[in-house]
Amino acid sequence: MTVIEARGLRKAFDTTIALDGINLRVEEGRILGLIGPNGAGKTTALNAILGLTPYQGELRVLGRHPWSERDRLMRDVCFIADVAVLPRWVRVSQALDYVAGVHPRFDRAKAEAFLGKTTIQRASKVRELSKGMVTQLHLALVMAIDARLLVLDEPTLGLDILFRKQFYDSLLTDYFDRSRTIVVTTHQVDEIQDVLTDVMFMNRGRIVFDCSMEEFESRYLEVMVNPERVAAARALKPMHERQALARSILLFDRVDRHQLAALGEVRTPSIADVFVAVMGNEAGQAQGAAR
Amino acid sequence: MNTQSNAIPESSLESHVIAATSLSAPRLFYWSVRRELWENRSVYIAPLAVAGVILFGFSFSTIAGTWEKALRLDPTHHEAIAMPYDFAAALLMGTAILVSVFYCLDALHGERRDRGILFWKSLPVSDLMTVLAKASIPLIVLPLLTFAITVATQLIMLLVSTAVLAASGLHAWTLWTQLPFLQMSLLLLYHLVTAHALWPAPIYCWLLLVSGWARRAPFLWASLPLLAIFGVEKIAFHTSHFASIVGSHIIGAAPAIARTGPDMFPMDPMAHITPAEFLSSPGLWIGLVVAAIFLAAAVRLRRYQGPI
Repeated sequence: MTVIEARGLRKAFDTTIALDGINLRVEEGRILGLIGPNGAGKTTALNAILGLTPYQGELRVLGRHPWSERDRLMRDVCFIADVAVLPRWVRVSQALDYVAGVHPRFDRAKAEAFLGKTTIQRASKVRELSKGMVTQLHLALVMAIDARLLVLDEPTLGLDILFRKQFYDSLLTDYFDRSRTIVVTTHQVDEIQDVLTDVMFMNRGRIVFDCSMEEFESRYLEVMVNPERVAAARALKPMHERQALARSILLFDRVDRHQLAALGEVRTPSIADVFVAVMGNEAGQAQGAAR
Repeated sequence: MNTQSNAIPESSLESHVIAATSLSAPRLFYWSVRRELWENRSVYIAPLAVAGVILFGFSFSTIAGTWEKALRLDPTHHEAIAMPYDFAAALLMGTAILVSVFYCLDALHGERRDRGILFWKSLPVSDLMTVLAKASIPLIVLPLLTFAITVATQLIMLLVSTAVLAASGLHAWTLWTQLPFLQMSLLLLYHLVTAHALWPAPIYCWLLLVSGWARRAPFLWASLPLLAIFGVEKIAFHTSHFASIVGSHIIGAAPAIARTGPDMFPMDPMAHITPAEFLSSPGLWIGLVVAAIFLAAAVRLRRYQGPI
């Protein structure tokens, strides 16, 4: 079943084009990472999917039009738009009461159980909680909702590494199953590499890279090459090259593993490395086009 | 891990059943209004505080005997006896108006300012429901709350003065005959519904609309355009129709609610209420239509608005 389907999704603000004709298809049971530089259009794309902003083009989320059916869509879709969007005046107990009151798929016992593992007090107001605790509270609310799509836009921004790790651990062990779908954007790409099933890169309002993690692992290889073999390695047309500890690290797309093993130590690159390579090539192409 | 993944399909099955049965509009409305009262505790704290101050002042004057003097001089003089009661009602109504104005100006502005709108919009509550819940605070909740608090305050005042009068050997029954309590309460309710909810509805809805639109200083944006229209009309046409229309919708200026004397309080038992005249006045219905248009615009605006 297709959870998100977009065709020619466009969104222009006064002076900038935020989404430049995006085609996107997310199937049920996937965890998609949407990676891109600031201003690439990630948040705009998510806002369109969540019915928070009008758009041009075709877009269906769980078979609905997000812009005209936001309230109905939100029965099946959850999102954490950013850290610190929980209103500061609300008490923890009030937040639980309210979500239990308006959301037909909220399981209060589950939220209470999750909160029980934290140090958050029911009588506290959000303004009295630390940033990490606010995120824990939001996650507790969201995970207790039996939604089919969960959208996370920089959910761990500004949190320390322990909270970030715990956040994704909870998400994977207590929440995710094959009937749910998660879309996440983050700048801490490497921390979620093992979590994702799919990865997309966005740049200047377009999707420039779209790959499942299985494909990613079979396609991209990184080789650490000693200086004397660099010329031989370069002949195989690496997509990117960088230096580390007097050796060169070359990144290859669709090159035979055995061939590379002869040149040096082969490993699967991180998403961040491929991201840098893809973005670097994008910038090069843009410059070439400008000339 | 295994037990968890086994448990999930069961619970999701359960909640699918719940989804089919619940989520009625009244339930969403109820929780939306409760949410407003959690956020804006001044809605009930301010009138309660004023009621406390009134009771303190009244008890003081009763025990000190200032109010009793009027009663002693002329036991049949209704105005003098009813004065503190009317004054209490007027003070509480004034409080409700102030609270309403400040509530409306912040209602759709605060949630964008504190970014909370992103959380509220992540829940299955429509913009229409949210805006209606917010509009119900000045139009339904505050008038009813003012009624309840005023009646309770007046009742306590009556009991206090009865006790004081009885202790000083005066006949308390004069007081009870001069204060037709039930009639006063019904008149108060009538006045609150007509003059505090229906008649000024366009003003409150305008304030709500501006609070949903302005990025900052909603009070200025709410008042400056009105002043500009007054000014342009006055200078260009030497008339002030707009000013008199807007002015008439500001609380208490409804023309056809009741026929009262010049110094009479709306709860005066001598007031002759004219509901038919009120309900058939075009000003009321035009005002309500304008209010509905402002609300519809506020609902539409909330769809587009994000945090500021």
